[in-house]
Amino acid sequence: MDCNQVFVSKVKRLIVVFTLLIAFFSLKVDAFAQVDSTVVPVDSAVAKTAEAASGEHAQAHGEHGEEKFEPTKVIMEHIADSHVWHIVGHYSVPLPIILYTDKGIEMFSSAQFHHGEHDYAGQYYTYRLDDEKIKVVGADGNIDVVSSKKVYDFSITKNVAAMWISVILLLIIFTGVASSYKKRVGKAPKGLQSLLEPIIVFVRDDIAKPNIGHKYGKFMPLLLTIFFFIWINNLMGLIPIFPGGANVTGNIFLTFVLAFVTLIVTNLNGNKYYWKHILTPDVPWWLYPIMIPVELIGVISKPFALMIRLYANISAGHIIVLSLLALIFIFKSIAIAPISVAFVLFMDVLELLVAFLQAFIFTMLTALFIGTAVEEHH
Amino acid sequence: MDQLFEGLLNYHLGFVVWAFVAFVLLFILLKKFAWKPIMAAIHDREQSIDDALNKAELAKQEMTRLTAQNQDLMQQARAERDEILKEAKTLKDGILNEAKKQAQVEGAKLIEKAKIEIENQKKAALAEVKDQVSSLSLEIAERVLRNQLDDKAKQEALVANLLKDVELN
Repeated sequence: MDCNQVFVSKVKRLIVVFTLLIAFFSLKVDAFAQVDSTVVPVDSAVAKTAEAASGEHAQAHGEHGEEKFEPTKVIMEHIADSHVWHIVGHYSVPLPIILYTDKGIEMFSSAQFHHGEHDYAGQYYTYRLDDEKIKVVGADGNIDVVSSKKVYDFSITKNVAAMWISVILLLIIFTGVASSYKKRVGKAPKGLQSLLEPIIVFVRDDIAKPNIGHKYGKFMPLLLTIFFFIWINNLMGLIPIFPGGANVTGNIFLTFVLAFVTLIVTNLNGNKYYWKHILTPDVPWWLYPIMIPVELIGVISKPFALMIRLYANISAGHIIVLSLLALIFIFKSIAIAPISVAFVLFMDVLELLVAFLQAFIFTMLTALFIGTAVEEHH
Repeated sequence: MDQLFEGLLNYHLGFVVWAFVAFVLLFILLKKFAWKPIMAAIHDREQSIDDALNKAELAKQEMTRLTAQNQDLMQQARAERDEILKEAKTLKDGILNEAKKQAQVEGAKLIEKAKIEIENQKKAALAEVKDQVSSLSLEIAERVLRNQLDDKAKQEALVANLLKDVELN
């Protein structure tokens, strides 16, 4: 299972690298072809300052002229978190910005930034949205690095909002299922209940029981929550339009939180055998200076691998789909569209599998770590 | 390296906190309102199915046991019936024999009685015949004698005759 996983992610990485390579070369060719065009964005930052300098001109240019297409930038923008939720065309949902500064808390709508074109003068500082990062602007109009360090961004970003949507969805689905269990006591499952029951039983019988043993009951709520939270976020990420499309499980900070939960739960439930194995391993005493650090690194590295695995797999999936679609714009030809769409369809189907697989692997490894921590016999 | 982690907390601590809060909240709510009732319901249902299957198995065993018992009972009943029939037959034979014997005895007795009766009757009849014969002969003799005695000569002849007889004796 794990081997297969490694293989799939290798293939994905290859595809990503290859696509980006094509994108890169086409970019070079385009750059040479359009040397005499008015705006040559060598670097996105330069382009931005140019746009800011001649705001109206740039806007007019954007509407009528041919905008330069930068696949890497577009893809990375889609993958990354954002302070606005783009829906379609020029429509996007502005999201609330919450800042914790040394002087107090500031709340305002991200619409105030006008997609990063304007600075916003808040109560305590003047803020600028620079590459989706909120920075403090000093009196001279430049970014004040020292003050920027005092501002902590607690905004409801696209990923936070998507995450809350998933949370609410999960609550609605599972409280509904729970109530149908109460209504139909002892009867065969029906509807959504019959769809989810095999998965719940799968988590119990194929993930929890074999890995944890007879103490599995205590950890079932956690494993089920992790499993369904990852799965629904993976699936929501596959939906291209609002309210899906956010790269929640492909965000390393979210996977960090999940892996951190695993780390905490594993170590809090570790029994004396688990700690004995780490602190006094079965090796000659003079190997302890090597073995104990290795074991301690092992404690950290297991959840770390979880974090990276989920993040990389889901991000890679998003990058592939976006890269395939970007091909249409790179070649500037509608003829590419059928091929792109066919590949995207294939990738989406594969991603459906990966969405389940990653949720399964994360949950199974969590169960395995917990299992090693609570194991009795030695 | 410094650049990689620059502003990490400023830009991402908020997300980590939100994600942690969301996950923990989700965990607590689902645990209370979803996983506990669902797991309990699934467990109960499985238990009841197991119970039902066990009961069915027991019922099956009971059934075979009962069938065997029935067979046994039937056999026993059949044997008993045979026994009873046999007994009845012997009883019947006994009664028949007894009756026969008794009838024979009774018959013999009756015959005996009849014989005795016949003998008695015969004796009585013979006695009566003897009586009648004697009285008849006496009457005859009387008449003869009367006739004889009416006439003297004849009386003398008779006496002579009688005397002759006596001499013969």
